[in-house]
Amino acid sequence: MSTPTHEMWTARLRSSWQRNLPIEKLLPDDQPAYVASWIYVFGVATIAALGVIIASGIVLAFQGPAWYHTSDIGNFTNSIHFWSVQMFFAFMVIHLWGKFWMAAWRGNRVRTWITGAVAFVVSIATAFTGYLVQTNFDSQWISFEAKDGFNSVGVGAWFTVTNLGQMLLLHVAFLPLILGVLTLVHVLMVRRRGVVPPIDAVPANLEVRK
Amino acid sequence: MSRSSKAKEEFDAAPWQGKTRKYDIIKEGTVALLVVAILTVALSLLLGSPDDTPLTFKGWATTNSDNFYATAVSELAGTSGTATYGPPYNSAADGLNVGPLWLQKWAGVSRPIDTVNDFVIAPLSTQVMSVEIASALATWKAAAQTEQNTWATNYDSAIAKVEGKLSAVPAGNYGPVPALAQGLTDMAKAGGLDAALLSQGGFFQTDNTKQILFFGDGSYLDDAGTAANLQGGTWGMMNETGRYPGQAWLWLYSFWYQIPPFNNEESKPIGANADAYIMVLMGALSLGLILIPLIPGVKTLPMRIPIHRGIWRQYYEENGIKRRKY
Ligand code: HEM
Repeated sequence: MSTPTHEMWTARLRSSWQRNLPIEKLLPDDQPAYVASWIYVFGVATIAALGVIIASGIVLAFQGPAWYHTSDIGNFTNSIHFWSVQMFFAFMVIHLWGKFWMAAWRGNRVRTWITGAVAFVVSIATAFTGYLVQTNFDSQWISFEAKDGFNSVGVGAWFTVTNLGQMLLLHVAFLPLILGVLTLVHVLMVRRRGVVPPIDAVPANLEVRK
Repeated sequence: MSRSSKAKEEFDAAPWQGKTRKYDIIKEGTVALLVVAILTVALSLLLGSPDDTPLTFKGWATTNSDNFYATAVSELAGTSGTATYGPPYNSAADGLNVGPLWLQKWAGVSRPIDTVNDFVIAPLSTQVMSVEIASALATWKAAAQTEQNTWATNYDSAIAKVEGKLSAVPAGNYGPVPALAQGLTDMAKAGGLDAALLSQGGFFQTDNTKQILFFGDGSYLDDAGTAANLQGGTWGMMNETGRYPGQAWLWLYSFWYQIPPFNNEESKPIGANADAYIMVLMGALSLGLILIPLIPGVKTLPMRIPIHRGIWRQYYEENGIKRRKY
């Protein structure tokens, strides 16, 4: 006798996916009318900056950490990486403040906020390891200074900021992977729930208009 | 939760039933990517990016050979910053604590460094050397540890007494220590020490801990950091070399180092353990940020300070929605 479909793990995953995130929600062609402020642009702008970071980072990774010190194209690629990171943080921080003042965690969106905030913390760690793998004076300085903080709470026993090999692997592999997954989950949650309604909007407002 | 706030929560959670407007998500994403790409290219062409060449032991021993020499002696005497550091490098100290939490000590010595051998004796032994230094090395290796200690400590204190002015150090029972320090200084000047510290006689090496720590024991790195305006006590964490923005997002972390009691090493317990307290504080604040939607008093701030009236002004006006009381 075959197992009833509703008991199969695969079938369950498929139906919950279809229920929660149908393609119409994933790729919408309309938005609630209240989505009309420039503040909404900053989430997308953050993704765009992350895209430029990753693209320039891949070029840097292919050439190895010493390349950009001596090549003009390398230096230019490094500049792209540097400035896209600065923009990424600027956009993300504006996005964060925007979502805070909109109390955008309302209506079952707490997990959207949490994944975003964790992404913020992970971004800081990713950028920090990036500064450590510059293999220039700045990274010498930062690693010497920063070791004390991590050592003082025991973390330095495993997370060794003076270990270039460890920092390089974390910066180009582990941390971007985590950040990428967090971003994906974050954005899918937004698509699933839809954009949060305004703070002062109540069911009556819909009635009034109809 | 009151009935009306429960109804509001359900309303916020439900799919939107009201008016909508056209929205092209793919177009928005593509335009955003193009704009950001153009902006970064423009900034890169206009401003470039910082890249100051790393300092070297060769540079240190050449420009400030007395300081390098004295540092080498302090590594032999066990008085340098690294030799007296504690975990994770050695057990010369307990490290910092936060109240009863001695995390640094508990984490243990996971990256052992023996400054005498790792910083001086082993690198020096990899060199083809003069008869004088070879015999100094042989004398050192043949001596008992207490004797080694006496020589190095005598010399280290003598140098400290004349404030690093090597020519003023009186004769004394220093054994082979002056010759060893001179040998290491010559080696550094010739450019041999950078690689020898890294490789420690091996082939593959990706861990620069020993180089960085030895470097920091002298004044060369510290002076360079001061000159580049990078010291932690003056918001250095947020700066970059040259006129570039640094890790501005670390402003809050950096902030604590600027104010008492954190910026006063003499003040106990917090100032003396500032690194540890600030780490724990920032950990707690980060957790707070993550959990804002659950923190009473904080999660209602956006309702009480009505910035949202501006964000959704158009919608509120079009629908004649007045400010609600929370
Ligand atoms: C890697 C960094 C991030 C990326 C790429 C990102 C991206 C996005 C995007 C594209 C949206 C939907 C469009 C919009 O409303 O702007 C969004 C919504 C949201 N973001 Fe982020 N975000 C990031 C970090 C954060 C952070 C740090 C927070 C807050 C701590 C946060 C909280 C939120 C919330 C609560 C929403 C839902 C808004 C709503 O339903 O109206 N995000 N994010």
